[in-house]
Amino acid sequence: MSETKALESMIGEDYKYGFTTDVEYEDFPKGISEDVVRMISAKKNEPEWMTEFRLKAYRAWTEMEEPSWFNATYKKPKFDTLQYYSAPKNKPKLDSLDDVDPNIRETYEKLGIPLDEQKMLSGVAVDAVFDSVSIFTTFKEKLAEAGVIFCSISEAIKNHPDLVKKYMGSVVPIRDNFYAALNSAVFSDGSFCYVPKDTICPMELSTYFRINNMNSGQFERTLIIAEENSHVSYLEGCTAPMYDENQLHAAVVELIALDDAEIKYSTIQNWYAGDEDGKGGIYNFVTKRGACRGKNSKISWTQLETGSAVTLKYPSVILQGDNSVGEFFSVAVTNKRQQADTGTKMIHIGKNTKSTIISKGISAGNSNNSYRGEVKISKKAENARNYSQCDSMLIGQTCGAHTFPYIESANPTGKIEHEATTSRVGEDQIFYLQQRGISEDDAISLIVNGFCKEVLKELPMEFAVEANKLLGIKLEGSVG
Amino acid sequence: MLELKDLHAEVEGEGIEILKGVNLTVTKGEIHAIMGPNGSGKSTLAKVVAGHPEYEVTKGDILFNGESILELDPDERAHAGVFLAFQYPVEVPGVTNSTLLRESYNTIAASRGREEMDPLEFDDYIREKLELVEMNPDFLGRSVNAGFSGGEKKRNEIFQMAVLQPTLSLLDETDSGLDIDALKIVSEGINKLHGEDDAVVLITHYQRLLNYIIPDKVHVMIGGRIVKTGGKELAFELEERGYDWLESLATVNGEAK
Ligand SMILES: Nc1ncnc2c1ncn2[C@@H]1O[C@H](COP(=O)(O)OP(=O)(O)OP(=O)(O)O)[C@@H](O)[C@H]1O
Ligand SMILES: [Mg+2]
Repeated sequence: MSETKALESMIGEDYKYGFTTDVEYEDFPKGISEDVVRMISAKKNEPEWMTEFRLKAYRAWTEMEEPSWFNATYKKPKFDTLQYYSAPKNKPKLDSLDDVDPNIRETYEKLGIPLDEQKMLSGVAVDAVFDSVSIFTTFKEKLAEAGVIFCSISEAIKNHPDLVKKYMGSVVPIRDNFYAALNSAVFSDGSFCYVPKDTICPMELSTYFRINNMNSGQFERTLIIAEENSHVSYLEGCTAPMYDENQLHAAVVELIALDDAEIKYSTIQNWYAGDEDGKGGIYNFVTKRGACRGKNSKISWTQLETGSAVTLKYPSVILQGDNSVGEFFSVAVTNKRQQADTGTKMIHIGKNTKSTIISKGISAGNSNNSYRGEVKISKKAENARNYSQCDSMLIGQTCGAHTFPYIESANPTGKIEHEATTSRVGEDQIFYLQQRGISEDDAISLIVNGFCKEVLKELPMEFAVEANKLLGIKLEGSVG
Repeated sequence: MLELKDLHAEVEGEGIEILKGVNLTVTKGEIHAIMGPNGSGKSTLAKVVAGHPEYEVTKGDILFNGESILELDPDERAHAGVFLAFQYPVEVPGVTNSTLLRESYNTIAASRGREEMDPLEFDDYIREKLELVEMNPDFLGRSVNAGFSGGEKKRNEIFQMAVLQPTLSLLDETDSGLDIDALKIVSEGINKLHGEDDAVVLITHYQRLLNYIIPDKVHVMIGGRIVKTGGKELAFELEERGYDWLESLATVNGEAK
C-alpha cells in the first residue's frame, strides 16, 4: 500500500518535486583537489584504504578526458565550481526516526516515502539518500534476522570493510570511465546490500535519491552482492528540485551475483528534466554494471527513464559464469528538450550464457532519444545467445529516435538476433481512440503503455500501475 | 437529432474545400443512407461530424440534439453519443480490444453520470455483445484491428457500436469487405441495436445492404453536396442508372451558388 502511495505522489502532476527544503548545510569548498578528496574522506572518518582508493581515483580522473562520443549536446558541467560534498548539518547517524531533521522528514513525506515504520505495511526497506548522505535505513532489524545487510555505503565501509574492499571497484574499476573515476574519488554515500548464501531477501529493497542543494553534484555509490544461491530485488527512485542551472548526477552501481544467485535491479528515474526551452534539469551520467560471476547466476536491469535533461546510461552485464543470464528491459521517454543516450552492454564470457535486451524508446516534443547497445561474444563463450529488440516510437514531428547496435562475435557458435522497429503515433490512431470517447492524453497513454507492456511487466508488481501513470503524465499534451 | 446546416469544410491548412454546403436533417428513430461516387465527400462528412482535426469547418453548423457541437473535441462528441464506424478502421498495436472497450465504455458512462461496470460485469456484458455480431471472443485479447482481415475490421466496428450504445451511428461503408453471410449477420446486429431513440446514417455503395437495413431516406452526395434525396426506391434507381444523370444537378447547383 505505502509503496503505491509513494510512487503515486512521486509521479505527481507535471513536476511537483520542484520544491526545495530549508536545511542547514555543511558545505565544502567548491571545486576539486586532492585536499577536497581527503577532506571528504576525513569528514566521513574513513579508514586509510578508502582514502587511498579515492586518491587513486582522483589522480586517474585528472588524466582522463571528458567523453563526447554520445548523441547529445549540452553545456559541460563546471567541475571546478561544483560542490562535491554537501550534507545536511544535522549529523545523520541516527538510531530513531525522531532524530531525523524535521525538514528532511517533511521532504520525504512530500515525496511519499514511507519512512515511518508504522506506515510500512507492505514491507519495503528504504534507504533514503538526501543530497549526498544516507539519512536512515528502515527495516534494518527484520533484514538482519535474515542475515541480509542493507545499510549506507558509509556504514558498510566501517562495519563490513572486508566485503567493501573485496568488491568495490571490482565491477566498475576506478579507471573505467571519466564519470566513474570522478565518482570513485568523491562519492558521498549510497546503499550497500549483502545477501548471504541460500537466502531469499525477505522484502523488496528500495532507495530514494533526492538532490536538494543547488550547486552540489550527487555521487552515490551502490554495491550489491548476492552470495551463492541467493536472491534480491532492488528498486531505486529519483527526484530533484527545479533549478535553472544543470545539476550533475554521476552515480556508480555495482552488482555481483555468485553461483545460482539472482539480482533484479529496477529504476524509476524521474529527475527534473528542465523546462520547455531546455533550461535546467539533471545531467544523469551513471555507470551501472553487474557481474554474473557464478554459474547459473542472473542479473536483470529494468529501467523506466523519464526524467533528466541529459541521460547517458548503459546498465550492463558481464556474463562470466557458465549458463549465466543477463537481461535489460528499458523504457526511455524523452519530451520537451530532453536528450537520452541509453542502452546496455552484454559481455558474454562463460559458456551457454544468454542475454535478452528489450528497449523501448519514446520521443516526443523536441527531444532526442538514442539506443546504444553492445553485444560481445568472446572466444570462449560457446553457445552464447542474445536476443535484442529495440523499438522506437515517435510522437509528433520534431523529435528524433536513433538506434546504434554494436555486435562483436569471436565465437562462431554464438547466436545473435536483433530486431528493430520505428513507429509513429499517428493522428489517425489518436482520432480513432478519441472517437471512442477517450481523451487525447489518455489515448497517447494507452498507445504508449501498449508499446511498453513487455518492459513494464518486469517492474515489481506494486509499481507497474504507477509506472503507467508516470508515462501518461510525462507525455501529456505532447501531440497537437 | 442531427442537423447539418450549409456545412462547408476544407482540409486544415490547405484550403482544399471538400464539403461545399451540406444540408441534412436526421430525426430520432430514423435510418438514412448516403450514396454517391468515389471522392464525393461521404467519408469526409462523417469525419467532420465526428470532429476529425484534419478538417476545418469554414461555414455552416452541426447541431446535435439542437446544440452546436463544432467546438467539441472528438471525445466529447463521442460522450454526447456520436459514433463513427470507420471506412478504414485504424490499427492500434499494443492496445487490446478489451482494454479499448473498457476504457471507452467507462469514460462514456462517467460522462453521462452512469456507473462504471466492474471488470466481471463488463466481461459478461461484452460477451453478450460479441454474440450479437457472432464474433469470436479471441478478438478481445488481440490488439485493436492489428492484423485483422478487412471483414473482421468491419465486424469489429459494429461490435464496438454494440458495446458503446451510441445515439447517432455513422456507418461508413461497413458493408464493403464483408462476405455474404457476414453482411447478413452484421446487418441483423445493426437492426437489433437500432431503436426509436437513436438514429443510423449508412454510407454505402451498394443497394444490397439496404435490403437488410431498410432506410427511411436515401441521399445522393456528389461534389461535396447532397444533390438528391428520396425514399429507399432511389437506391434501386441508382443501381440501375449510376450517377451520371445526377452530375448535372451537382454542377447546376454549383453554378447557382
Ligand atoms: N486530408 C485530405 N487531403 C487532401 N484531400 C483530401 C483529404 N481528405 C479527403 N480529401 C479528398 O476529398 C475528397 C472526398 O474524399 P472522401 O474520402 O470523403 O470521399 P468518399 O465519398 O468517402 O469516397 P469513397 O466512396 O471512395 O470512400 C477526395 O477527393 C479526397 O481525395
Ligand atoms: Mg469514403
